[in-house]
Amino acid sequence: MDALDGNAIAGALFEHFGGDMTMAEVRCAHCQSTSLMAELRVYMNAPGAVARCPACDDVVMVIVGVRGAERLDMSNMEMVSPA
Amino acid sequence: MAPISRGFFGRRQRVEDPSRVPPGQYVTGDFPVLSAGPTPHTPLDEWSFTIGGRVDEQVSWTWEEFLALPSESPTVDIHCVTKWTKLDTTWRGVSVDRLLSAVTTEAAYLTAWSDGGYTTNLALEDVTDGKAWVAYEFGGEPLESEHGGPARLLVPHLYFWKSAKWVRGLTLTPDDAPGFWETYGYHNHGDPWLEQRYQGD
Amino acid sequence: MAGTALPRRLNWQLGRVVELVGETDRTKSIVLNVPDWQGHRAGQHVDVRLTAEDGYQAQRSYSIASAPEDPHLVLTVERLDDGEVSPYLTDVLTRGDELELRGPIGGYFVWEASLGGPLLLIAGGSGVAPFRAMLRHWSATHSSVPTRLLYSSRSLDDLIYGAELLDGYYDGVDVRIALTRQWPDDWQGHRGRIDGELLHQVAWDPGDRPLVYICGPTGFVEAAAQALVGDGHDPRRVRTERFGPTGT
Repeated sequence: MDALDGNAIAGALFEHFGGDMTMAEVRCAHCQSTSLMAELRVYMNAPGAVARCPACDDVVMVIVGVRGAERLDMSNMEMVSPA
Repeated sequence: MAPISRGFFGRRQRVEDPSRVPPGQYVTGDFPVLSAGPTPHTPLDEWSFTIGGRVDEQVSWTWEEFLALPSESPTVDIHCVTKWTKLDTTWRGVSVDRLLSAVTTEAAYLTAWSDGGYTTNLALEDVTDGKAWVAYEFGGEPLESEHGGPARLLVPHLYFWKSAKWVRGLTLTPDDAPGFWETYGYHNHGDPWLEQRYQGD
Repeated sequence: MAGTALPRRLNWQLGRVVELVGETDRTKSIVLNVPDWQGHRAGQHVDVRLTAEDGYQAQRSYSIASAPEDPHLVLTVERLDDGEVSPYLTDVLTRGDELELRGPIGGYFVWEASLGGPLLLIAGGSGVAPFRAMLRHWSATHSSVPTRLLYSSRSLDDLIYGAELLDGYYDGVDVRIALTRQWPDDWQGHRGRIDGELLHQVAWDPGDRPLVYICGPTGFVEAAAQALVGDGHDPRRVRTERFGPTGT
């Protein structure tokens, strides 16, 4: 299945952060490379949205809707600069 | 409730026998492809299946050895936590009972692990007594890579995220160790008839 | 948050279908009146949500194909054969129906005249939708930014906005069409898929530092982006938006 990109989860991120996050710069905890949120490789066809680092393909963020409430796990990335 | 979209029903199929459909599920005629990452492509001459962890001795099969094992052809209903259910799917694969008979263990749990890094946790009692297979054919054809080929785990009595695609082995563990989706909030057990979708359900 | 609109709630709102325009056999533009619409920037998208009578819901994202200056919101939808939302939008939705949507969403894949150029837009199939918004904005602001559109489509029959693009509606924009599977015998545009050579011809010199936007299926977008960056274009001036089926 081809990955989409961070644009595909922009709405979910907006709900979570209160604003557009596609321009936020993020760093992959695994390989330390940085990219824009919009540049993450996003797999939408799953029991959740899985965002992977465009450089090393490791999972950096997962969004799961648990009983209707969206949970964002960003434990494998850090925000370098805001959107 | 949100405003109704006139004339929208979706891709769901009308159901003849509702007793086959777990709560909250919809029947589909398709076979949706779900994935948390890129499709791995391990060449068959590099493929192996391994049972390890808390066992007396680790055991592995090459692809040829695996295909030479006696196989079964189960017909089962499958249920995805994203709410689609597919009835009467046909598979061919090796029973997990047969694979586990090659090792001795006192472990009560296992982690199934796959190419690409995916994992999922299962209790031994959920993959024994004819409840699970490692399947390499679907619908009479070799299992396509987007559906988990060359081989995937098949545990139809639980939500289908437990049927790990691109499976390469089972690691026996003393405790129930949450795998990929379980870590992000999905249920450790995952019984669709009890609607065990999320931790705490 | 620098350079974006002020933080605000992303509420679901209702639009009413005022017109439906058949673009191709499988593609339709939906013209909406959205009373509470707060405006948008060219390139942004909306999320559309459908709800059945029993509460079953499906949600998808669609690029806004209208300019900020246009009176109505336009979405262009391609019917996917095994889709759940797109067949409803192209085959069932009629004038007068309401459609639930939220937006505008996105700050990355956005162009406005103040960003300058030169501007290179590269579209694969239905990926041309956000570029209609950008081109209409370009026209509405009487922009003098040198602009080129390179649009890849299977055939003339599959060309979305064909009339607008082929008849010089965007006067001053250099429109290049690549037909990948079928073309008329006298076709003067590119024949076959967009390749590195065509991109090299159409793109400005990296030294001109064009702003590049690429939109379409993932494989198309990644091949084009790789080719341009390989040619020396600054990756920070190449923006991509991948389209694909979502939902299960």
